[in-house]
Amino acid sequence: MLIRATGQNLRLAYLRSLESLDLVKQIDVSEFLFSGDIAALIYLCNPFTIVACVGLSTSPIENMAVVLCLYGACSRLIPLAAFGWVIATHLSLYPAILIIPVIFLLGCGPDSPPRKLFLQRHQQKEVLNQSKLPPGFSWGPIIHFAFWAFLWSVYVLVLCGISLKQFGGLWEMFKSTYGFILTVEDLSPNIGVLWYFFAEVFEFFRNFFLIVFHVNILFMILPLAIRLRHRPCYLAFVYVAICSMLKSYPSFECTSFNDVSLLEMRALNIARLGSHCITYACNMQFSLFLFCGYVGVSLLSPVMHNLWIWRGTGNANFYFTTAMVYACLQIVLVVEGVSAMLNHDRKLRILITGKPQDAKS
Amino acid sequence: MELSFTQGRWNYESWGGFDPIPSSNAKPPGVELWAVFDAPQHLIDALWKNLTHTLSGLFCASINFLESSTAYSAPEWSFPPASGKLRYGTLPREAVCTENLTPWLKLLPCRDKAGISMLLDRPSIYRGFYHSQRLHLTSTGSGSEGMDPGIILEQTLTVVLQPDSQRASLAHASEKHIQPSWSLSSIFGKQISGRCVLAETSNVYFLLDRGLVAELEHIHKENEKSEENVLISEKFWNNPSFELSAKPDRIFIEESSLLSKNASVLYKFEIEKYGESEPFDLGLFWKTPVVWLCQQAPLHANRFLMGSGNERGAIAISLKSTQSSEGFMGSNSNDERCELRVDVFQVVPWYVKVYFHSLQVFVDQQPKAVSDIIEKIHVSPSKDKVSPGVMELVLTLPCSVSSAVLTIEFDKGFLHIDEYPPDANQGFDIPSAIVSFPDFHARMVFLENDSLNKSPEKSPVMSYTEVLLVPLTTPDFSMPYNVITITCTVFALYFGSLLNALRRRVAEEERFLKDK
Repeated sequence: MLIRATGQNLRLAYLRSLESLDLVKQIDVSEFLFSGDIAALIYLCNPFTIVACVGLSTSPIENMAVVLCLYGACSRLIPLAAFGWVIATHLSLYPAILIIPVIFLLGCGPDSPPRKLFLQRHQQKEVLNQSKLPPGFSWGPIIHFAFWAFLWSVYVLVLCGISLKQFGGLWEMFKSTYGFILTVEDLSPNIGVLWYFFAEVFEFFRNFFLIVFHVNILFMILPLAIRLRHRPCYLAFVYVAICSMLKSYPSFECTSFNDVSLLEMRALNIARLGSHCITYACNMQFSLFLFCGYVGVSLLSPVMHNLWIWRGTGNANFYFTTAMVYACLQIVLVVEGVSAMLNHDRKLRILITGKPQDAKS
Repeated sequence: MELSFTQGRWNYESWGGFDPIPSSNAKPPGVELWAVFDAPQHLIDALWKNLTHTLSGLFCASINFLESSTAYSAPEWSFPPASGKLRYGTLPREAVCTENLTPWLKLLPCRDKAGISMLLDRPSIYRGFYHSQRLHLTSTGSGSEGMDPGIILEQTLTVVLQPDSQRASLAHASEKHIQPSWSLSSIFGKQISGRCVLAETSNVYFLLDRGLVAELEHIHKENEKSEENVLISEKFWNNPSFELSAKPDRIFIEESSLLSKNASVLYKFEIEKYGESEPFDLGLFWKTPVVWLCQQAPLHANRFLMGSGNERGAIAISLKSTQSSEGFMGSNSNDERCELRVDVFQVVPWYVKVYFHSLQVFVDQQPKAVSDIIEKIHVSPSKDKVSPGVMELVLTLPCSVSSAVLTIEFDKGFLHIDEYPPDANQGFDIPSAIVSFPDFHARMVFLENDSLNKSPEKSPVMSYTEVLLVPLTTPDFSMPYNVITITCTVFALYFGSLLNALRRRVAEEERFLKDK
């Protein structure tokens, strides 16, 4: 439901931005797919989600907290956004990086093409209609958000502290939850690649590699933020996708969530940009490959696990191979998603400025 | 403190489980060490580390593996004198050889050069079914018994051997064994020629268990109508059943025990009288075949693993009543609510993650509620790589129980490649569990006029279960470099392609703006 509402918000924002670009005539609005509804349906019917629910895991709750945060930010419901962010960070460490897209969302408003485009457009027409410009970056909501986030986090921490007083208090809780995620103590096999790595790495290098892998996630925050700051919702989904790929204990549920989020964004991009565009638009090139890859991995991975652990005829390498293929598929998905969004922006720019397409497109 | 090195498993069915000998000398395979410290609580772990290292150097054994907190535990009430200051650790896989026996012998005043320990012929000891060397250290610092403060060191070597005559006729020896004829020279190949000059007393004791005494008297009564107490009369070598090759110096009869009307008989041979010229050789020759079995503990304890696959399984402890349990129940069956108390103590290493909530009890193959059977339970769950899982239970079973089974489920963990032993595919050992019956005390008291011969230490009847071998999943040990490079390649792929995708458009935009 929340995904649907977020989709609706985004669609409205998109329409608004296109209006301000005077592109409405060129777009066939009826071809706008109901991206939010499709995304919600895909999420619910995804076999990964169903399997995760059958396995009684709590990751749907984490995903709900993330979506709550984004919905609140899109709809300008700041306490809700702060609550969602605090709960998502409390449940698992990685949604903490969503603070950046949330700040952008609250500051700039939902997805819109870059401001440069507006300036270029209006420069050409030599009409400066202030009311049609999207609002600039405003600090008011940010401060409001910071206040609410602080309030909610204090509330959560106080509750945890009270209930855990006899077990060692807050420090023990941080060590067991965040520390566990960061130091990768448990080496049980899972669909990620880190368990085998840390089972085989030499003790001397273990801390170094821990830092490298966690910094990998942190490092990409900045470049992505710079390139996609005008589309904070998409930025948020790309962050979620990267986290689900590189986190220390990934699960199928994370994949289903980031699948659905990226697909939603792509559904937005499927909006035709008019007859001037070639139908290439912004579809991904590898969609069939990825789909078959996911199906193959989800079928083979339990088989290899069974062979290794239950029958004793296989090796750890079989299972690890499926995990590696899975990681590669997710990498391709993320990279292609980002390229598709950037392509979409290029198309918009070309439409506005009216220049012929570059040779390199 | 007690340290024992054991090779082999004590066969409770054949060799008994109720006497003091099995109860104190039947030890789990490998090394077992427990120690009670007289120090503040926070220093005990450091003292334990020092102790393990010292003993390891002294006995040429790898007892220092017990120093890490994953190897030892602190039971609360399984060992009577304890209370938080006891530490217990065992190494089930430790092999015992002459290199461990030699330092143990060095602690004796004459080593194995003179005295009774001359008998210790290595090949004959290691050819037996079971051998265990035990060291018990007590410090009497308080001097409460009128003794000077000091340290008492008690060393015990327990060997179970098979005489040659029985080895030859081992065709049908399944349940009851015909008693073999043996002599010290036939078993060890040597005789005792004199005592150690540094020893205050040097004696050889020969014990006839009360069950055997009852059997012999039964045979006497069948054969002749003569008087009783043939065994202790001076003319004992006219005994119709057996003949001893040496004359005992003293004969003791056990004080009548509560549980049976028969009494054990103890013969004492003093070695002072023998010397080089007249070596001591004790031999027993049976004139008529006598069949006899040792008395067993009230319940025979077994332990085994259930389940298949390398992900999860279950441990089951089964207690079966033995034939001798009827004797016990007879004396207690006055009241209908007679109950048998059983203590179970089990330590499980951390990589076998036991789920204590899945404990189930079956009495006579019927599942029972846990609270009916278990009177007290103390559980210390395992922490990964920090401490093992400890479980102490007190069960109260009805006296007429024929079998009781406890099952508990576990998950198997996954270790770093450094933590696997050299032969990783053999599996990992779960140390023996200790099953004890506090209601019954294993002791024998022999009184001769005014002196107390065997010191009656009150120790409950104890038995050790088997050591379990758990196979764990192993990673591929030959692949550390490959795994590291492949994983880093995946990360580089992500890093590079994403940065490339981000960067590409920026350059085009800049070019575009420049053109403008």
